[in-house]
Amino acid sequence: MTEAALAAQKDAVRLDLYRSMQRIRLVEEEIAKRYSEQEMRCPVHLSIGQEATAVGSCAALRNDDQIISSHRGHGHYMAKGGNLKAMLAEIYGRVDGCCGGRGGSMHLFDDSVGMLASVPIVASFVPLGVGAALAYRHFGQDRVCIVYLGDGATEEGVFHESMNLAAVHKVPVVFFIENNSYSCYIGLADRQPVRPLTDMAKAYAMPSASVDGNDVEAVQAVTAQAVARARSGGGPTLIVADTYRWREHCGPNYDNDLGYRPMAEVDAWRARCPVDTFGAKLVADGVLTEAGKAAINAEIEAEMAEAFAFAKASPFPDPKTVADRVYA
Amino acid sequence: MPEQRVISAAQAIREATDLAMAADPAVIIMGEGIADPKTIFGTTDQLMEKYGPARVMEMSIAENGFTGMAIGAAMNGLRPIIVHQRVEFALLTMEQLVNNAAKMHYVSNGAHKAPIVVRLIVGRGWGQGPAHSQSLETLFAHIPGLKVVMPASAHDAKGLLLSAITDDSPVVFIEHRWMHYVKGHVPEGWAALPLDGPARLTQGDAVTVVSNSYMTLETIRAVEALAAEGVAVEHFDLRVVRPLNVDPIVESVKRTGRLLTVDTGFATYGVGAEIVARVMERCCLTMKAAPRRIGLPEHPTPSSRSLAAAFYPRSPDIAQALAELAGLDQARITAIHNRLAEEREALPFDVPHPSFQGPF
Ligand SMILES: Cc1ncc(C[n+]2csc(CCOP(=O)(O)OP(=O)(O)O)c2C)c(N)n1
Ligand SMILES: [Mg+2]
Repeated sequence: MTEAALAAQKDAVRLDLYRSMQRIRLVEEEIAKRYSEQEMRCPVHLSIGQEATAVGSCAALRNDDQIISSHRGHGHYMAKGGNLKAMLAEIYGRVDGCCGGRGGSMHLFDDSVGMLASVPIVASFVPLGVGAALAYRHFGQDRVCIVYLGDGATEEGVFHESMNLAAVHKVPVVFFIENNSYSCYIGLADRQPVRPLTDMAKAYAMPSASVDGNDVEAVQAVTAQAVARARSGGGPTLIVADTYRWREHCGPNYDNDLGYRPMAEVDAWRARCPVDTFGAKLVADGVLTEAGKAAINAEIEAEMAEAFAFAKASPFPDPKTVADRVYA
Repeated sequence: MPEQRVISAAQAIREATDLAMAADPAVIIMGEGIADPKTIFGTTDQLMEKYGPARVMEMSIAENGFTGMAIGAAMNGLRPIIVHQRVEFALLTMEQLVNNAAKMHYVSNGAHKAPIVVRLIVGRGWGQGPAHSQSLETLFAHIPGLKVVMPASAHDAKGLLLSAITDDSPVVFIEHRWMHYVKGHVPEGWAALPLDGPARLTQGDAVTVVSNSYMTLETIRAVEALAAEGVAVEHFDLRVVRPLNVDPIVESVKRTGRLLTVDTGFATYGVGAEIVARVMERCCLTMKAAPRRIGLPEHPTPSSRSLAAAFYPRSPDIAQALAELAGLDQARITAIHNRLAEEREALPFDVPHPSFQGPF
């Protein structure tokens, strides 16, 4: 490839990162906006502010790699190439949802893009990733699984059991901590001793990396290393990405009036918006223009309008099917 | 008579906790979110301000660990109250509860006690779905050594919680989230109620019905509908699932010859299954109709409201079963069912029905 072609390819990749983050941002904001219509009748945990962790890390994966997520899974699903119509229909409780309406926002499963599961019991899903990776090895596949978990989830025993198992069995899994430093309304320092979260990897002789979770390219670079290690038989890695949840823990609103986190902290993180900072960088690098941004927004708005209309037009699942598929 | 005070069950739970903590410095409370701005749906409101972090302990997300910690502390004289915002989070603690808490007194031949209270909240509605709205009381009720309490009113929530906290055995105290809103007359001060079994809510000779927790509220509506038709149902609110006191129920079924049980959880291997078995052991030969059970069907809780609507039994279903057991003719059965169904279907199913908010 010529130098110019290489540069163009690099620009295209960066634009994709931006587009993917902006897609998550706009979709989550639209969910927040429409939530009061009371048509999305399930709890939603939005990932606004945390777009770079999902997008940067998924950009380091192939389509046949898998991810596992938690209660806060919209961003992961979208970053992994998820079907927006299927996600929204699921949140609207409709038959065309990725789980046929059975799961709601907190259970997004979509094999076709490698969204193996999202499970809303904190850390419950972590060992599933270790097992998923065990299966790749068993079948001679060079796939990798990323498990996304919050800082709170690292307090569960099963997280530590999973770290140990993954290290001992050297399975191709990446534990990706999105450290927004809160578990609901309780700050990290009130729940864990103060030390770098990456120290936990030492106990399991596991490589680790910490990264600015609002810098999508840094996240991609760090994840790519971990994924390459896993893919080549080098075993698991722990990644800690610091980021911030902008809105309330659960629901569409802001909750800064509750006073559980200082406004200066909120403002400082918002000033470091992962989408806007990267957008500005691309503009400065001459990769993106304001017109280009507007075009991207228009493209996403069109996809969204269609997907919301699709979700709302999708029928509710037939109550007669409620007892189907209890056993395989 | 002075005007009786009306408060919600959530307020009653808070009041009982406050009273118990004031009365005994060994009472501590621990859980995720007990001192956050939402204070577990208001049930731990102001406790941190009043008793401080040494007794109101905000927990890391480590349920099995802190449950074991509570048991160890209880063995050395503390009286910990544990709170989980959903029953499901306590599934992580089954090992500690079943292997340690339930057996400590027995295995030590009486030397140890593990007086903990585990408050568990059952979620329902708003599409919470498969992992946030299960009613799993029978998992706990299966274990000798645990006590299992399920209040249905503000009055009982306060009185039974006070007794649970002073009880020397581990008590699993299950609060249905929709029960938190229920208002009722609740006496001030130390109004403990013994953990002694069912309460008779109505008297009657036609049918005996036993319900628990939130389903007691649905059953009250059904029993009212039958009363309006001149059918007197004897209604028991079970309150204490373990140890199970069936004596008053047996006495009633000996008169009525008809029994319906209404569970918040699964019908299969459910609380109703145990009640029916116990009653049949003593009343089998005097029954006028085969006993019936209402409970959740054989599948997980779906999120979508169209599916969840088909999942939960409601007052029209209960009324229909009662009317059938009472031997009413088909036209009256249908009329009773439809009247209740009309009332219920006018409003969404996935939020608490206003007629259940009391005061009771
Ligand atoms: C086992 C278990 N305990 C408690 C909860 C309630 N809960 C839901 S999300 C959450 C906070 C998790 O914090 P973190 O892992 O940091 O994720 P974040 O919400 O910050 O993305 C808690 C405590 C749960 N779902 N499962
Ligand atoms: Mg967090």
